[in-house]
Amino acid sequence: MADLMLETKNLGISFGGLKAVQDVNLKVQKNELYGLVGPNGAGKTTVFNMLTGVYQPTTGTFYLDGEELKGKSQEKINHKGIARTFQNIRLFNNMSVIRNVLVALHNQPEFKYNPFDAMLHTPRYYDVEVRMRDKAKEILDVFGLVDERNNLACNLSYGTQRRLEIARALATNPKLLLLDEPAAGMNPNETAELMSIVKGIRDRFDLTVLLIEHDMKFVSGLCDEVTVLNFGTTLAQGTTAEALNNPEVIRAYIGG
Amino acid sequence: MSTIMDGLSLGAIYALIALGYTMVYGIAKMLNFAHGDIIMVGAYAILTSLQLTGNPYLAVVVSIVVCTASGVIIERLAYKPLRGASPLAVLITAIGVSFFLQAVAQLIYGSKSQSISLPDFGKVAIGDVKINVSTILTLVIGGVIMTALTLFVKKTRTGRAMQAVSEDKGAALLMGVNVNRIIMVTFAIGSMLAAFASLFYLMQIPSITPTLGSMPGIKAFTAAVIGGIGSIPGAMLGGVLLGLIEKICLSIPKIAPYTTSIEFSLLIVILLVKPIGLLGKKIREKV
Repeated sequence: MADLMLETKNLGISFGGLKAVQDVNLKVQKNELYGLVGPNGAGKTTVFNMLTGVYQPTTGTFYLDGEELKGKSQEKINHKGIARTFQNIRLFNNMSVIRNVLVALHNQPEFKYNPFDAMLHTPRYYDVEVRMRDKAKEILDVFGLVDERNNLACNLSYGTQRRLEIARALATNPKLLLLDEPAAGMNPNETAELMSIVKGIRDRFDLTVLLIEHDMKFVSGLCDEVTVLNFGTTLAQGTTAEALNNPEVIRAYIGG
Repeated sequence: MSTIMDGLSLGAIYALIALGYTMVYGIAKMLNFAHGDIIMVGAYAILTSLQLTGNPYLAVVVSIVVCTASGVIIERLAYKPLRGASPLAVLITAIGVSFFLQAVAQLIYGSKSQSISLPDFGKVAIGDVKINVSTILTLVIGGVIMTALTLFVKKTRTGRAMQAVSEDKGAALLMGVNVNRIIMVTFAIGSMLAAFASLFYLMQIPSITPTLGSMPGIKAFTAAVIGGIGSIPGAMLGGVLLGLIEKICLSIPKIAPYTTSIEFSLLIVILLVKPIGLLGKKIREKV
């Protein structure tokens, strides 16, 4: 149990009479790269939304590092250590690159000061602000974004915006990082680069990563284990090669 | 010269109120029509504590505390339960809160106007024109507050979080920003600015009625829209512009009776020419 980072037990949600996701049981080991795949509409993003508190599961529950997080608010869950990116990029578009990261650093205890520090510009204010900037630069550096730091997020290219979104999620200091189609819209070069970045941050920041992706080359090159969803239920589960070669999975994807 | 100074100081009052409208709109995406009545609350707070203690400086502090607290309480009780409700429901609620505050004030203080005597700071002569010290005070303190606010939003953690919430509430939540707290802080700051506005307003017009907040409230809202609602520099610009126009119109006898209609016509013209307001954020539709 101790090395289990994320566990979901019979996680499910219904919207009215529609059972969008049912009985999802994930067991993600610490430091694992875990894939969540399935055809469009299978409920993958819905699972992410439940894990981050955007939706409240109607059945089942989930644990992060042994602690039950079901029912907690979105920002609480983030503080407990789950961060995510979005399928459709949702950066703070009119803020600079570094400011996007600074917002995400905002709630960590080491970067706190009180309103008086802010008003009077006490040494603590400067100390915290300087350390925050250093930390933000360190994270941006991992993604090769340091030189872009003063540009507005909306002026970045698509692939760069995707990288910034991961950087921003990382800045909240998560244990578990959820990536929703990180390689969507990327060219093969960018995808290859992204693969090495994901591996790199896993090692460097001691992360566990759960990712949704349609690019099977990306999934099989990166993930240790996968769960395949179809129509909201689990179709297959296991090591990547095994699950992706399951005849039912191939049928669900290709049809026939 | 003295018209310009008067205009600027009236403008500073409008700007302070407009900031409350624009910040709440930018962050909670709602029009808080009860904001004008916070000025009235602040005015009665000054009146009561002045009657009780006789100390004008203490009265100012009390009014700031009362305004800030009532802003936060109103948000808590009236608006927070409606988070995620349709904007129309929130708007109606805000108008309801406005009537509620006016009715409560009428119950406590009656509907007759009450006069208040704040310390008179006299006049100073600049060149050969005499200017009220209170006008200069309004300008200076108003300027300081607005500069401080701009720095606060630009340079501090909470300011950054506010900007993030105003850009994308959902994403901010998932980045660990406590959106409810940020909205509360926004209401607190807005109401605190309204307390200053009510003080300056009373220095110019020292009489209080339960509907005292309506007109400056609506004019400040106009100023916020002219400047581009949601934009902090826009609210300041709009406020100062409106204050100047009002005082200049009032100083020309032939135009004076039409002052208010000129101000609101300006709003219509600006909305026709530049619907997002002078400094409003452009919304580009991505295709």
